[in-house]
Amino acid sequence: MKILMNPRAILLASAVAVAPMAHAATPDDTLVVAAAINDIITLDPAQAFEFSGIDVTTNLYDRLVDFDPLDLEAGFKPSLAESWEVSEDGLSVTFTMREGVTFHSGNPVRAEDAAWSLQRVVKLNKTPSFILTQFGFTPENVEEKITFDGNTLTLNLDKPYAPSFVLNCLTAGVASVLDKELVMQNAEGEDMGNAWLTSNDAGSGAYELAAWRANEAVQLTAFENYWNGAAEMKRVIIQNVQESSAQRLQLERGDIDVARNLSPTDAEALTEAEGVKIEDHPRGRILYLGLNQKDEFLSNPAVVEAMKYLVDYEGITNSFLQGQFMVHQSFLPEGYLGALDEQPFTYDVEKARQILTDAGIEGGEITTSVRDLREYTDVAQALQGSLSQVGITLNIQQATGAQNLDAYRARELPIYIGEWGPDYSDPNTNAATFAFNPDNSDEANATGLLAWRNAYAVPEDMNEATVAATLEQDSDTRAEMYQEIQRRYQAEAPIIPLFQRIERSGLRENIQNWQPGGAVTSVIYHAVTKGE
Amino acid sequence: MGGVILSLALTLLGLLLITFIIGRVMPIDPVLKVVGERATQAQYDAAYQAMGLDQPLYVQFFRYLGDVLTGDFGRSISTGQLVSDDIRRVFPATVELATLGTLIGVCIGVPLGVVAAANRGGLIDQIARVAALVGYSVPIFWLGLMGLLIFYGILGWVGGPGRQSIIYDGMVPEVTGLILLDSLIAGDWGAFRDAFSHIILPASLLGYFSLAYISRMTRSFMLEQLSAEYITTARVKGLSERAVIWRHAFRNISIPLVTVIALSFGSLLEGSVLTEIIFSWPGLGQYVTNALLAGDMNAVLGGTVVIGVCFVGLNLLSDLLYRVLDPRSK
Repeated sequence: MKILMNPRAILLASAVAVAPMAHAATPDDTLVVAAAINDIITLDPAQAFEFSGIDVTTNLYDRLVDFDPLDLEAGFKPSLAESWEVSEDGLSVTFTMREGVTFHSGNPVRAEDAAWSLQRVVKLNKTPSFILTQFGFTPENVEEKITFDGNTLTLNLDKPYAPSFVLNCLTAGVASVLDKELVMQNAEGEDMGNAWLTSNDAGSGAYELAAWRANEAVQLTAFENYWNGAAEMKRVIIQNVQESSAQRLQLERGDIDVARNLSPTDAEALTEAEGVKIEDHPRGRILYLGLNQKDEFLSNPAVVEAMKYLVDYEGITNSFLQGQFMVHQSFLPEGYLGALDEQPFTYDVEKARQILTDAGIEGGEITTSVRDLREYTDVAQALQGSLSQVGITLNIQQATGAQNLDAYRARELPIYIGEWGPDYSDPNTNAATFAFNPDNSDEANATGLLAWRNAYAVPEDMNEATVAATLEQDSDTRAEMYQEIQRRYQAEAPIIPLFQRIERSGLRENIQNWQPGGAVTSVIYHAVTKGE
Repeated sequence: MGGVILSLALTLLGLLLITFIIGRVMPIDPVLKVVGERATQAQYDAAYQAMGLDQPLYVQFFRYLGDVLTGDFGRSISTGQLVSDDIRRVFPATVELATLGTLIGVCIGVPLGVVAAANRGGLIDQIARVAALVGYSVPIFWLGLMGLLIFYGILGWVGGPGRQSIIYDGMVPEVTGLILLDSLIAGDWGAFRDAFSHIILPASLLGYFSLAYISRMTRSFMLEQLSAEYITTARVKGLSERAVIWRHAFRNISIPLVTVIALSFGSLLEGSVLTEIIFSWPGLGQYVTNALLAGDMNAVLGGTVVIGVCFVGLNLLSDLLYRVLDPRSK
């Protein structure tokens, strides 16, 4: 963009500097966000599982427990549930509901609504339902397992799970509490309101849905009777703007308050701009390298080990991934219980060469396809360069995201470069997919597990350790268990976590308390304010 | 007229069939878009069946055709809404943009082409040639971004991306879906000015591209006429050059020009994809692109039908105009 600042542009700019500039500023009580939101396909919390969709439902709905946007580190806190109690045998959790809370419709929020909402998720069995069904709920038994009595709601679990595990899962979008009366009035057939909720809201959250026009905009209005105090931003408007440079211009001109998809160059340029600030927030997504163990060459432990020294971690994050990722070599993102920040690997071609020589490996050739996204192909090319130094040829083909994902889920990709985002705020979310694969056969078809997709036969005792960590009642011990698993994973697994995603938001200077959700949750607008 | 309608129907049927087949052989899995990366095999299979993909291809096609005939284009998997509703929402945005773009292209392109032909090899002809050349060869993407940077970013003369500013969003009651028209109907001058300031840049960009084409065509039509015998006769009779050009030659090229303009309008309807993305213009181009990337065939087919109908309709219209304008065809 620098090239544009030629004398003529400056001349043009100064020519109008004297003309009255219509300085656009967004209204004081309105937050205007520009983001790529063309991934939203539904606003039903039982189904929504895309970034932008969950961003919206998080603000429309409340959950039994939730995060404080100003203190995400603190973890889950009471929300619609005022308190909870775990039974002595650890098999049930009983929640006491907050009194006097109403839905947007004016209906009171009851334990019955909460129980019904959770049951509905299990019965509808949409993709995110596993977050709840992993506690032993099935469409058949859920009415006996999730019960309410007056002001209390009880979850009856099939095993004595770690309370932190259960409560963390209840912060997920899928655990949102819906207005049963309103939803059932709009149900069609057996869909429990699924079609209607695609574009309507039945929540009690800080914001109500004013409009959603697909690929265009989402408009929210503050719910005046919100139990936790009405939000200061009376309106939130999220505009679909896909181009980073367009977002940058809008931010500079003051037409928007927040830009969420700035390219590194645009973000960098904005650090100099007047009236604008850049905030970095670590997010949960992990960029990793998956080495398919069906591939004879890649299944050689020496190759796996050498690979870990052939990634130029620092070089990559200091150059083309700058501001988008930070080095992170374990599968739990920073911000999670039990996250490990140890970085045992550095870029060391000599060491890699030694490992390969010791194992009697002389060169090789790998052909793989990489998603046609700038970040991924850049990483692939960097890897290509370092592999060539140890005599290994990496051929890279490009494919669309959908094509690549299809091949990956069919275990056909030799090397996968891509990201994995956690599904809920508990460490089990990533442990259960990176480090758990009880049946590595093709027939198991466990397409949801990253270990399976890479044909990584996770050792039996590591599978067991992952399960055991979900049952540990003491949180500190639990955290240590996850760290143990991650250390071992770093040493031997053919799936190599490389980087953790950072979200660079461009903000107008007067915006305070912007919270895109950290590693554990989604964007929260309730606390956002505008100063002078 | 019956024949015309039959060939129209056959054209659309062929279009649908080809698009349908391309959609089905595309290496994109639409089920994954619906259920997401995390779905279990059982959830995947359930969605696969619900979408009717387990049926043989011809069954799927006839089922689809049957639905389309009753006006049901199915549900889009990339927006979760009915395709017919989606199109009703996005199409006016594109029509508005393409219309203004074509208007700009015609108002400048036609006179430019005429004058260029009349002064063949002269300064204006050279300028027109360079303008057309640039229009053909410079990527619309780059020009769009430059336009935004200069006229919106630096000068602040026009509105930014999107169809209107936030404060006007939803303020004007929707009648036609064309914001310019709707704000006039509502008598809301503020909203009109705002909408105009947003549309003028992308429309000028499109106008420039259609101008390049229209001026070239006008010029070559004109040159052909100017070398005709009747023109020489007219000149010999002592008619002024102005009268020769406008009254005689121009009248004769107005007929093929109608077809050129109609086609150029049609291609703006279909081809403004990049413009719509750069300017965050929520129109059909952006909608279909998005759908295509998601393997969302219902939406792609719906969009294709609309574009197909427009093209066929525009052809029909230019045929009819031919008959009206050209007395010989009566």
